[in-house]
Amino acid sequence: MKVPLSWLRQYVDVDLPPQELAHRLTMAGIEVGEVDVIGGWTEVFVGHVKGVRPHPNADRLRLCVVTTGSEEMEVVCGAPNVAAEQNICFAKVGANVYNTHTERYETLEAATIRGVESQGMICSAVELGLGDDHAGIIVLPDDAPVGTLLDDYLGDVVLDLELTPNRLDCLSILGVAHEVAALTGKAVREPETKYEESGAAISDQVKISVADPDLCRRYTASLLQGVKIGPSPQWLQDRLTRAGLRPINNVVDVTNFVMLEYNQPLHSFDYDLIKDHTVIVRRARAGELLTTLDDEERKLTTEHLVIADANDAIGLGGVIGGANSEISDNTVNVLLESATFNGANNRETAQALGLRTEATLRFEKGLRPELAPIALRRATGLIQEVAGGTVAPDIVDILSDEGADAPVVPLTCAKIKHMLGMEVDLKQVQGVLESLGFTWECAGEGVLKVTVPYWRNDVNIEEDLVEEVVRTIGYDSVPTTMLSSPIPFQQPVPVMGLRDRIKDLLAAAGVQEVINYPLVTLQQLEQVEHLDPAVSPMRVANPMSTDREYLRTTLRASLLATLAANQGQSGGPFRIFEAGRVFWPRSGDLPEERESVAGVLAGLRHETSWLEDESQLDFYDAKGVVEMVFDRLGVSAIYEPSDDPAFHPGRCAVIKAGEAVMGMVGEVHPVVMERLGLESPQVAAFELFLEPILSAMAGSQRQFAPLPRYPSATRDLALVMPSDVDAGQVMQLMMRHRGVDRAELFDIYAGENISEGTKSLAFHVYFQARDRTLTNEEVNKSLDGLLRTLERELKVTLRA
Amino acid sequence: MTEPAAQSPSAESIDEIARSATAELDSLDSLDAVDQWRVTYLGRRGTLTSVLRGLSALSVEERRTVGALANEAKNALEERLEERVRQINEAALTRSASQDRLDVTLPGRPALGGRLHPTTQIVREICDAFVAMGFGVVEGPEVEWDHYNFEMLNIPKGHPARDMWNTLWVDYEDSAGEAAMLLRTHTSPMQARVMEGRDPPIRVVVPGKCYRYEATDATHEWHFYQVEGLAVGEGITFADLKGTLYEFARRMFGEDRQIRFRCDYFPFVEPGVDMSIDCFACDGDSEGCRICRDSGWIEIMGAGMIHPRVLEGVGYDTEKYTGFAFGMGPERIAMLKYGIDDIRHFYANDLRFLRQF
Repeated sequence: MKVPLSWLRQYVDVDLPPQELAHRLTMAGIEVGEVDVIGGWTEVFVGHVKGVRPHPNADRLRLCVVTTGSEEMEVVCGAPNVAAEQNICFAKVGANVYNTHTERYETLEAATIRGVESQGMICSAVELGLGDDHAGIIVLPDDAPVGTLLDDYLGDVVLDLELTPNRLDCLSILGVAHEVAALTGKAVREPETKYEESGAAISDQVKISVADPDLCRRYTASLLQGVKIGPSPQWLQDRLTRAGLRPINNVVDVTNFVMLEYNQPLHSFDYDLIKDHTVIVRRARAGELLTTLDDEERKLTTEHLVIADANDAIGLGGVIGGANSEISDNTVNVLLESATFNGANNRETAQALGLRTEATLRFEKGLRPELAPIALRRATGLIQEVAGGTVAPDIVDILSDEGADAPVVPLTCAKIKHMLGMEVDLKQVQGVLESLGFTWECAGEGVLKVTVPYWRNDVNIEEDLVEEVVRTIGYDSVPTTMLSSPIPFQQPVPVMGLRDRIKDLLAAAGVQEVINYPLVTLQQLEQVEHLDPAVSPMRVANPMSTDREYLRTTLRASLLATLAANQGQSGGPFRIFEAGRVFWPRSGDLPEERESVAGVLAGLRHETSWLEDESQLDFYDAKGVVEMVFDRLGVSAIYEPSDDPAFHPGRCAVIKAGEAVMGMVGEVHPVVMERLGLESPQVAAFELFLEPILSAMAGSQRQFAPLPRYPSATRDLALVMPSDVDAGQVMQLMMRHRGVDRAELFDIYAGENISEGTKSLAFHVYFQARDRTLTNEEVNKSLDGLLRTLERELKVTLRA
Repeated sequence: MTEPAAQSPSAESIDEIARSATAELDSLDSLDAVDQWRVTYLGRRGTLTSVLRGLSALSVEERRTVGALANEAKNALEERLEERVRQINEAALTRSASQDRLDVTLPGRPALGGRLHPTTQIVREICDAFVAMGFGVVEGPEVEWDHYNFEMLNIPKGHPARDMWNTLWVDYEDSAGEAAMLLRTHTSPMQARVMEGRDPPIRVVVPGKCYRYEATDATHEWHFYQVEGLAVGEGITFADLKGTLYEFARRMFGEDRQIRFRCDYFPFVEPGVDMSIDCFACDGDSEGCRICRDSGWIEIMGAGMIHPRVLEGVGYDTEKYTGFAFGMGPERIAMLKYGIDDIRHFYANDLRFLRQF
């Protein structure tokens, strides 16, 4: 919303500097985005053309004698509209004006044009930066004060408001004037509305009915006859231009002017084009056609409200007029409409038809019905003033049963104290309310009954009034106190705590956190996991682009994409993880948001260094990280070989606690790597699911284990076994064996010296008892038993 | 075996032996020489040993005096020997270490560098500041019902204020055929969810992801985090809101920070607030300041007293209970703190960016 100060001053005195005014408005909730200065000219004056004569050497140029009151100069002028006795904008030599040839602002110099010296310039709008019109010079009104600086006469400041949706009132200059008045201690001057009525009453000349009052609470109209359509006077055009609207003709300009002044959108019909002079406000018929003012033919539904004549729609109520009743140069009689349409319906219509107009911007927020006749009379008077004609006596005013009483809201000093934590003096409250245009009466000790002015639609409850008071006296006046209410018991959320712990552990283990968008393509998901066709990932109905359409069901997809994107920068190491949610659809409900953590490790194992080799990260790096996490969480995890379409068929383990799957660790399938353009020899990845890990933790409360008081005994075993026996199976048997405290695998061998189809694993095995030092015999006995078990269960033998 | 002729020991001769042995020891600087010295003086046939052996020739009276002197001298020499061996060893270590030099300017062996995402770091910092003021931390669903995202927040269907949140809708229709599921546009739906679940007093902060249908640019992301805050109870006032956010601003941005409240609008609060802090980059001397764009103030968050309709919606007694709510964007705060000029860096996940935090 653009608010020219020149227009604002019509209703309220403004004596603050524009920046200070902008600041006060902003603090009170009317945010001023920009303060635009119009003018700022130097050496440009209001001048008067005393005489004009032809240029001796050029047919299209003329010589003008211009006075500024104190000085007279001769100026060459090429504008066709220059004439003697005009007041004009005169740029003296030394003025800074726009040069249309060089397309820059330049200092004006004395110039000799076709042999005659020109001591200045009579300016067009372009040269002063006031508009695009270069066809002729600006002609100022006869009462323009000759000799004053043009800046003082035409200069202006425009406040560009960035309004919040509640402050409909400040979409009007008068609404802003009320704010300014309240914030600066001034009074508002309401515009005068006066016109002459004559001839037959309006009710004898037009029949108006409202068939659907639920969509039109109030419909008012006036009739002007014998008007002369033409351009608006300069003052009216200036007002609209400064506020950002384009002048059209005098009647339409007045409706726009009054809309900006009072907020009430109005519409003018050519009375003679209204069939049977009958107006019906009704829902459109299904499929009814209307060509709107923008020359679009629109097919309407019964959800749309139209203004119709005896036969057809002639306007889309509160949105846009119809071409069939448009004001034209030939219009003589004007039916002027000022109505209160239903905000929600108006908004739906505008959205459905993609037609958001200055009118819908206002109607959708719910204008008050009291406004309609006020604006109607104001516009009627102005049209008569600028376009002539007579006004038929009286107006049409159809008001639905719902009445148009102003809201009355109670306000107590106790409520103010209760909400703000400070007392505000009753007198001060009354003063603030009055300054904003509210009226009040006392309804008991410290109790007010407050009536809301017709331009405000945003004040309905006591809390709204409290805001009115505090924003006007200033939020700064409220004290700063600490909460004194009791501190509630806070139960930590277990899954959040677990996620934070895992994130910290991974970061400490040298894995970098990333955060990806959870919207991906279906193809991305299909590439990295088996999707059950019955449980399709959820889709966004209005995706911004096709690559952000589906809610992820796994973190793998975007994590691998992030890896691929970073592989261009260096050779690694790439150790990255993400902790986030994946979304699993549930019928008729919000999706299940599963907390997951996933990581990928690829590229060089170490930063490039003179100390390190160039080995590449692999499965066992990922597994080591995962093992560390489970160890620190106190969860015993079992790793079993597994299949997963995204993982290398022989290099994937499922991580379990009992039967519950807590995650996966593996190397990414070569085909998936190929498809995703991953460059390293292998990409190791893991994925952990937080809920099952939490359940596993719940069953494994950390318990102190007494430190061993007696020394342990060690035996080194080189074992031979069939190649398909996994180390984990051997370890499990060892750990279950009585007397064994722990076992460390320190070598794996396959090849020469052992028979084909077998491999050798070497272990340090530690034997330990709690209550004594084991004797050699006891250790050997336990070892013998272990070897027998290994041979029986897994065909594992001692290496010869 | 013949014994060397035993000299008749005397106090003087012991003193003499000790003195010359000490002088000799101090001049030795190899372990071999020292060992030779030990044999010479303290060995089985060493000088002092011989003296002790000759004691038997003396009278009982003399034996006691001279014997004590001789033992004393022997202990002193042994101590001296130990000290000398230590000195020679340390001198040798120092000598060899001085030749065993590393190029200390070479880079060290790389340690593993993992970091938390800057958003995680800032969200934690924000939450910690409130936790210290008695707030708990909870989270809510990222895919939400229209009901919680809008309606319970006093933003019914068709409300013009819905334009403030451009929404990504989930492809789902309710029984009435209306779009009812969405990616939450803010963390505020948790206001109603938290209040529905318990009675006052309530003090929580809610961090989490939010989504908007919005073109991205240097200051706008369609995917971002918010931290919502909520306090409800008896006697909670606008002044308490100021105090709480003032305390937060000081913890987050420094003790000397000032805050400024200005009137703003969110449908679920009344009165509504836009909170700024005074610019920490220019300290109010704002001429040409890039951070506050010459205003001296930096907008940090929206806030306000919870709208009575929101409280009524969850069945709270609005005569008894009041509350405040606030919400902020951690990325914006991180951008201010670290001087990040483009929000799009956050979720592009370029490791060269992430490794700076």
